[in-house]
Amino acid sequence: MHALSIRGLTKTYKNGVKALNGVDLDVETGDFFALLGPNGAGKTTLIGILTSLVNKTSGTVSVFGHDIDQELEAAKACIGIVPQEINFNQFETPQTILVNQAGFYGIERAQARERAEKYLSLLQLADKRNKMARGLSGGMKRRLMIARALVHEPRLLILDEPTAGVDIEIRRSMWDFLREINERGTTIILTTHYLEEAETLCRNIAIINGGLIAERDRMSSLLRKLQAETFVLNLRESVSAVPVVPGYSFDLVDEHTLEVEVSKEQSLNEVFAGLSAQGIHVQSMRNKVNRLEELFMKLVEARPQAYREGARA
Amino acid sequence: MNEPATQTQAADSPKALGAAKWVGFKTIIIREYGRIIRIWAQTIVPSAVTSALYFVIFGSLIGSRVGLMDGVPYMQYIAPGLIMMSVITNSYGNVVSSFFGAKFGKHVEELLVAPLPNWIIVLGYVGGGLLRGLLVGTAVTIVSLIFTHLAVHHVFVIFAAVVLTSIVFSLGGFINAQFAKNFDQVNWIPTFVLTPLTYFGGVFYSISLLPEWARHLSYANPILHMVNAFRYGFLGVSDVHIGVAFSIMAIAAVLMFGVALFFMNRGTGMRE
Repeated sequence: MHALSIRGLTKTYKNGVKALNGVDLDVETGDFFALLGPNGAGKTTLIGILTSLVNKTSGTVSVFGHDIDQELEAAKACIGIVPQEINFNQFETPQTILVNQAGFYGIERAQARERAEKYLSLLQLADKRNKMARGLSGGMKRRLMIARALVHEPRLLILDEPTAGVDIEIRRSMWDFLREINERGTTIILTTHYLEEAETLCRNIAIINGGLIAERDRMSSLLRKLQAETFVLNLRESVSAVPVVPGYSFDLVDEHTLEVEVSKEQSLNEVFAGLSAQGIHVQSMRNKVNRLEELFMKLVEARPQAYREGARA
Repeated sequence: MNEPATQTQAADSPKALGAAKWVGFKTIIIREYGRIIRIWAQTIVPSAVTSALYFVIFGSLIGSRVGLMDGVPYMQYIAPGLIMMSVITNSYGNVVSSFFGAKFGKHVEELLVAPLPNWIIVLGYVGGGLLRGLLVGTAVTIVSLIFTHLAVHHVFVIFAAVVLTSIVFSLGGFINAQFAKNFDQVNWIPTFVLTPLTYFGGVFYSISLLPEWARHLSYANPILHMVNAFRYGFLGVSDVHIGVAFSIMAIAAVLMFGVALFFMNRGTGMRE
């Protein structure tokens, strides 16, 4: 059974803007799935429809076999959502927020308190349990929203930009946490602007653009489609002129830094050999941009401009 | 962050979803109760203070010169009306501010994404309004007992009138909050509709004092029927037929529940 199955999903807003133009998408049970797209591509509209915050125009959506038109409550019971914007009552405490949210999912008060403690501890918020939520830092608020989404222990967790504004240390620990949840069987759908995050965590990926799925593949297969990568080479000694290696084009960023584009058919060994022959030694090397980011930009830029202008978040 | 979550596989079963409705309803009531108590200085105290001022000025100072109204001392006559006035404004105010606040702060989404049918959400907020109406009504009753004696003519009529009235105005507050786009629109109806209707609703006078045309016009005011039904429960006097008053309250409650649910199902003011 698919955790999520979408067919022909469209959404046209009252002002005529077409946010989704017929999305077809399946997400396997147990998957860690990335849903990426530029601003205005339709990601948030799609997630809004899954969580019933946005009314669809046409198409079908089912969550673990529950059609949202026929069995909306059963579908909603399977989902935990971490939205992009803070949407808890800032005048309540984290404990109250979690206990109440568990109650809205039918968990009795005594058990709800236990669950709240469990997830406050897991998300490192136990010492803030009785503090007013508005007094929490940005990272704590994000973790509180993750704890709230998990308190009813959903089968499908949807995270819409969960690590936006979170420092790198907390982000990495959130990654570990999400990986562990996923390994225990929770299906996760992640949207993020940190493409490194998607590349690190997700096994499968869909790129949505202009209200349509532009790509849907395994992460590893998609990355293999990248035709060329740009590498930044840090040189041991300074150079004053752009080196020449047949078949490769270099940019001299500064006297200690070169950039070179290497296509799928070419080899870095040839670059190193060519540079060594000229007495240029590479001390270290990195990708200029994240590989997924590079691919993402190529896919997005390939879409007609008008298509992008017709979409909205 | 190193211990993983466990799974609950049966949360989407019909049995679990059935139980979730009742637990969800209770949770909304508990949350509303927590809100009322957390900001008690805004929710409970003002009505008690205002009613004490009414009793001092209209009851003691002016009322002593008025004498009897419908054969009852004036202070005693206005007491049920003042209690009902506080129930009306607080039931309405609780739901409109709480639900609009939830929309404004976006935490209404906590309820919208949960597996709760819309009728449970409406009933939960109405329950919160009823709770505040009864709490404030009790506080104002205690204040009124400091100033006057309140006989109980018919306890069931008192209880039914206050509960039905509170439900009707809680639903009114809910519908107002559904449509409100800003705080001005939250205050518009209480200021320009509810307050005039309440003051012309027989809280301070018997409509037998009015000229005939004004008396007939007053019958169109639902608050007149509510106040008089409530007063009948205490004093045994009323300007309206009790059966008609309860019919109006019951019909209003059913119609307004239908309207609130209709707009919830449409997602008015909440869903795109």
